[in-house]
Amino acid sequence: MTTEATSANRAAKPPGFRSRIETWVGGQSERLVSAAFIWPAVLLVLSISVFPLFVALYLGFSDVELVRGGFDIHWIGLDNFRALFSGEDKSEFLGVSGSLTPLGWLVIVAGLGLFAWGLVKAARGGVALVGLVFRALAVVFGAMLLWQVVHTLLAHGGRPGTVVTTLVFVCTGVALQFGLGLGLAYLVTLGLPGQRFFRVVFLLPMTITPVGVAYLFSMLMDTDKGPLQPLFRAVGLGNWSWANSAWGARIAVIVGDTWQWTPFMFIVLLAALEGQDPEPIEAAVVDGANRWRVLRDITMPAIFPIALTVILLRLIEAFKVIDLPNVLTSGGPGTATESMTLQAYIQWRSLDIGMSAATANCLMILVTVIAVVYVNLLRRRAVADA
Amino acid sequence: MKRFGLLAFLAVAVLVAAATSTGGNSRSAAKPFAGVTVNVVTFTGPQIAEPLQRRAPAFNKLTGAKVNIITVPFSDLYEKILTDAATGTNSYDAYVFDPQWLGDFVPAGYLEDLTSRVKADKKIQWNDIGPFFRNFSATFQGRTYTVPMDGDFQMVYYRKDILARDHVKPPATWDDYLAIAKRYNGKDLNGDGKGDYGSCIAKKRAAQSYWMIYSIAGAFLQSLGTKQGAFFDVKTMQPLIQNAGFARALDIYNETTKYAPPDERNLDVGATRGLFTSGRCMFSLDWGDIGTLAIDPKTSTVQNKVGSIILPGSRQVVNRKTGKLVACTKVTCPYAINGVNHAPFAAYGGWSGAVNAASDTKTKDAAYAFLSYMSQPAQANVDVTLGKTGFNPYRASQFKNLRLWIKAGMSKAAAEDYLGAIRRSLQSPNMILDLRVPKAAQYEGVVLDTALAQFLAGEISRDHAMKQITDGWNSITDKVGRDKQRAAYAGSLNIQK
Repeated sequence: MTTEATSANRAAKPPGFRSRIETWVGGQSERLVSAAFIWPAVLLVLSISVFPLFVALYLGFSDVELVRGGFDIHWIGLDNFRALFSGEDKSEFLGVSGSLTPLGWLVIVAGLGLFAWGLVKAARGGVALVGLVFRALAVVFGAMLLWQVVHTLLAHGGRPGTVVTTLVFVCTGVALQFGLGLGLAYLVTLGLPGQRFFRVVFLLPMTITPVGVAYLFSMLMDTDKGPLQPLFRAVGLGNWSWANSAWGARIAVIVGDTWQWTPFMFIVLLAALEGQDPEPIEAAVVDGANRWRVLRDITMPAIFPIALTVILLRLIEAFKVIDLPNVLTSGGPGTATESMTLQAYIQWRSLDIGMSAATANCLMILVTVIAVVYVNLLRRRAVADA
Repeated sequence: MKRFGLLAFLAVAVLVAAATSTGGNSRSAAKPFAGVTVNVVTFTGPQIAEPLQRRAPAFNKLTGAKVNIITVPFSDLYEKILTDAATGTNSYDAYVFDPQWLGDFVPAGYLEDLTSRVKADKKIQWNDIGPFFRNFSATFQGRTYTVPMDGDFQMVYYRKDILARDHVKPPATWDDYLAIAKRYNGKDLNGDGKGDYGSCIAKKRAAQSYWMIYSIAGAFLQSLGTKQGAFFDVKTMQPLIQNAGFARALDIYNETTKYAPPDERNLDVGATRGLFTSGRCMFSLDWGDIGTLAIDPKTSTVQNKVGSIILPGSRQVVNRKTGKLVACTKVTCPYAINGVNHAPFAAYGGWSGAVNAASDTKTKDAAYAFLSYMSQPAQANVDVTLGKTGFNPYRASQFKNLRLWIKAGMSKAAAEDYLGAIRRSLQSPNMILDLRVPKAAQYEGVVLDTALAQFLAGEISRDHAMKQITDGWNSITDKVGRDKQRAAYAGSLNIQK
């Protein structure tokens, strides 16, 4: 009885100073403990990924000299970027603009029209002001890229620089890889004979090192001494070299890249195809839908989110293409197959580190903007549709 | 008896101990670097790395030092070594590299001064090494920093059997070269029934191709002797590019492509050497390697069918005030031969070995001993006769002793022809020294190389290429400091030959 009364009295009393301190310390210690567990990981991530990023950004604005014991870094402001965009490296980086062909004008008008339509549609669709501003910025960026692509590729006297060459490799390569990967994955799901064997065979190119693939294609495409020489000779290409033609060399790089990376698309899309719910397909078949209708109206929407994700991953990776053009042609003929990464690498190996960092920074900005726009415009919509 | 036995046992034990001890001393005397490991970096072979790798075990047996040969691609060699030394990583104890880069390495203190070691080393027979290689390739500001292992001059190789059969003289000028290349392009030169090529010159970008243009341009740019220089005006450090001589050289360079394999722009020196030694080319422009590769029965179909000549020249040279071409006279071309100005190009300067100053003393000693061993006549005079080594003659004894070459498979006439062409280049008072200033790799390996590749591919015009090289070189010069570069360039030309 006495004990119960005492307890009730304690409960009725407001919390004292000591208990408040204890509560506060308890809360703080919990925070401290959680911080002690989290911060090392945060600092590790910062030191591994963010710190080098900031250093690379800083180096892009610097002139870096190797001196005894390390580096001598001088801040030179925008000089490196000036050299890339308007100085002695402009023609290599941005290319040379020519006079537009009728096709070039058509593409520009169509592209700008598409951008404007997208922007208007977003404004009418109730997108917030901030969203509209970001979309407008993306449109300006896209228009600048389109302008550069058209003025260097679809113009008389134009020549693409490393930016446009990289975009050509990325867009054509990833599109081909997706198309072939999806096609092969679909074939393997049809239950044709030998599908287990082909599952393994289709994956093999991905297991080879990119430099190995480059040497392989270098030999295969040797029209004079390579194993396909009789074939080349038979079709009248015995005295022709792909390495002499800008587009021949670019196609060689795209073919090699496609051969190596189609398996990546294949394996992910195969998993997506095999993982889809069979019931809608069975229902559609019962209703009389043919294979094409099933693929178009059921399978494609079902794998759309995964397809967009795998394209995004390949896009980001494809922007870093260097092995194939470096080994196949050293970026040639001239600078026809020189990607942005290869340009940065060539600058770096002659120890022009500041310029190399500036080029790499431009690549990072390009990849980031394209990836963000891609994610915002396509992936979210696809997920919402799904 | 027992005492005698004990004494005898002790005596034997002492003798055995003494013998063992003596043996140990003699072993340590004979193997002064037992337990020492030397890491040597050079470029991915097979050339250059091959002799180093082949002779490292023999050196290990002789001295006890374990020598690891680390190889990296040629285009990465400069960056790898300089970064390694500058950051203090010091993965390499010795470098077998381009003496052109001394301007980047010596002032920074990365290389060991080998002057005293060379003076004390009788086995290396320093004075047997050609004066040019001793005084230019190995020396920087009067001190010795490298051990020469290779002699580098570019020459023109031709099919002696075919020109002799057709009573055609080897080319004296670049115009002759073009005319003969044109005549034989598409003709069957190796009897396989297929058309072959008039000219095979390595033109691949980011390989070792950018030296070739100066082998052509040199005759138009430099006529008053070595000290005149062919890269920059010695007083102003302005590039000697935007003039009629370099323009003519670019035209010739481009025209050779017409008489070449279709993929010539993507061929490096390894590929063009293979084409020439398989009998598919009338001409090739190269270092001394083709001479020895052509006698290798395993790979060559042109044994003793190859002639070599000093680089073709020009009957016109650039007037540096006007930038225009003027005819060769006794005043404008004092060293001309039959009215033709020749300017043999000591491209690269020959693979040379240097020691990392940051290595410990014992390792530095072992590294120097290995470089010396490679350069000593007992080894070097064999290696220069083997095509697979990539080493070309650089010692007086290698030029004098024809037996070395005959033993390697050359006929006496071919050996005299081959060595004669190198000797004439080496002794020319109008020899062109390769660029040896800070950032030489950037001037030649990036700016010149890129512009040449773009010009050959038709991306830029000849005049645009000249402007691009001029602007690029001026940009590097201004970044480093014009006065500093001018002093370095003038200093590099002021050599005793």
